[in-house]
Amino acid sequence: MTEAILEIDHLSCGYGTKTIIHDVSLKVVAGEIIGIIGSNGSGKTTLLKSITNIVRPEKGKILFQGRTIPSIPRNELARKMAVVGQTVEPAMMTVQEYILLGRLPYFKRYQFMETKKDILLAERYMALTDTDKVKDQLMSQISGGERQLASIARALVQEPTLLLLDEPTSHLDITHQAQILGLIQRLNQELGLTVLMVVHDLNLAGEYSNRLVLLNKKNGHIYQIGTPEEVLTEKSIQDVYGTPVVIEKNPRSGKPCIFLATQNTI
Amino acid sequence: MKNRKAKNWFLMLLILSLFLLMACILAVCTGSAGIPVQKIPDILINGEGTVEHSILFSIRLPRLLLALSIGGALSLAGVLLQGMFRNPLVEPYTLGISGGASLGVCLNIIFKWYITLGVIAYPLSGFLGALLVIAIVYSISIKKGDLKTNNMLLIGVMISFVSSSVVMLLMAVSHSEDLHSIIFWIMGSLDEPNMILVRISIIVSIAGLILSYFFCLDLNALALGEEEAIHLGIQTERTKRFLFIIASILTGMSVSVAGIIMFVGLIVPHFMRMTAGPDHRILLISSFISGAAFLTVCDVISRTIVAPLELPVGVITGIIGGVIFIYVLSRKQVSL
Repeated sequence: MTEAILEIDHLSCGYGTKTIIHDVSLKVVAGEIIGIIGSNGSGKTTLLKSITNIVRPEKGKILFQGRTIPSIPRNELARKMAVVGQTVEPAMMTVQEYILLGRLPYFKRYQFMETKKDILLAERYMALTDTDKVKDQLMSQISGGERQLASIARALVQEPTLLLLDEPTSHLDITHQAQILGLIQRLNQELGLTVLMVVHDLNLAGEYSNRLVLLNKKNGHIYQIGTPEEVLTEKSIQDVYGTPVVIEKNPRSGKPCIFLATQNTI
Repeated sequence: MKNRKAKNWFLMLLILSLFLLMACILAVCTGSAGIPVQKIPDILINGEGTVEHSILFSIRLPRLLLALSIGGALSLAGVLLQGMFRNPLVEPYTLGISGGASLGVCLNIIFKWYITLGVIAYPLSGFLGALLVIAIVYSISIKKGDLKTNNMLLIGVMISFVSSSVVMLLMAVSHSEDLHSIIFWIMGSLDEPNMILVRISIIVSIAGLILSYFFCLDLNALALGEEEAIHLGIQTERTKRFLFIIASILTGMSVSVAGIIMFVGLIVPHFMRMTAGPDHRILLISSFISGAAFLTVCDVISRTIVAPLELPVGVITGIIGGVIFIYVLSRKQVSL
């Protein structure tokens, strides 16, 4: 097995006196797409925030490429790890200016202007994410979905090895959901980009992830780690979400498909 | 894109520099004794010993230099604080610095420290008052090494209220001549500047501009929120600390030298954000230049509109700045 790019070792963390995640361990291998799933409040976002050192661990540690996260200078970390948050600030700047901010970690000391390479990269990822059409509009004047796309372009411009996504498709229509997750899958296959993403939509999580991590709100532990077929079972969904579901196979991809077991379907 | 942006910025700076130059010429030529523009080179080269030469060098130039440095410093402090707090309503006086300085000057007037210390007692007491407030706001807002901006804003506003109340209390119990001095100082003036203070204010404001420019990209990233700025590799804690100290010193210096000149630090950054854009690479310089020019023009108006009497410059900045700002905002339908 290839070496782990990210290693979460017996991590416990939370906010103030409230611990959300208890004793979580996970190894992310380079080139993987890992989906983090779980019910609301199960600690999916907290887990991402602890990886980016926004939430400090109470116990345990997180190693990125063999080094603990706090020991890596912030600038260096931003060149290797990019984050797309749940919400994107409707800042008073154009989409292009916003995306170019992703090149800040590469700025040298006393460098104030973007290089030609920075601009070319921004243009490339704007084209890939379909944001080139709105590049001169203010972030505050575009839709939530377009802002999400711009945020993904900004993260890609950082040229990271590890991409952390917190519900990247929450504001997108079905076309853009498929487009963005398809793009992430393509970057993963072509460039070997490692992706760790929090996804609420279990079908999308199953479709686009190599492995899934199912967090359990009841005890803050990981309920199960494994392939989508291993994790997305009727029993696991019932145990974690408390909702009866029916699992079928996607006739095209063969990946598990989840249907609510409402009265009509039972 | 890069070239277009650089061209726009260059054009913007050129226009503002011309505006500044015109403001400077206006300030030098206008007054109770008018000096024609065409005579200025001659006065500068051959005019030593003449009345015009002494008016120019002893009265108008020191006052102009003070207006330029104070106007620039207050606008710059406004941009830094608005950027750091991501709040368009924050201005240099929000954090209670002016309140602290007013209290210091009030105490100086009431306890007559100026008798032993001389004229320097006014700026010194004002600066010490401002420093005390800066230290209080900073030490209360810092928790486990993190500077909590929301706490800082609230504490600043509270300290501002407390110090204003104490100033009012002191005014209520003071003699009428002391009361007049306090009111006159609070309204702000660029009158009769001491050359040492003029030099200090020039050095502080230019140093403030240079130092803050190193944080222009950090400020751009902070516009997205602290978390996102951290994800972009910004040392947000270090940046906030530096910016707070720079903005505080700029404000403290301005208040202690020229009293409370309202609105410059609020209106100019807004106006420049509307015209030059929100990018701090241009916003810092353009606000500095236009703040300097704005205060210079306001000062000319304050000393000529009811000549030979002089109005407090803070009154003019408030009226003119406020009216222009409301007009521009309603015309452009710009949201803050």
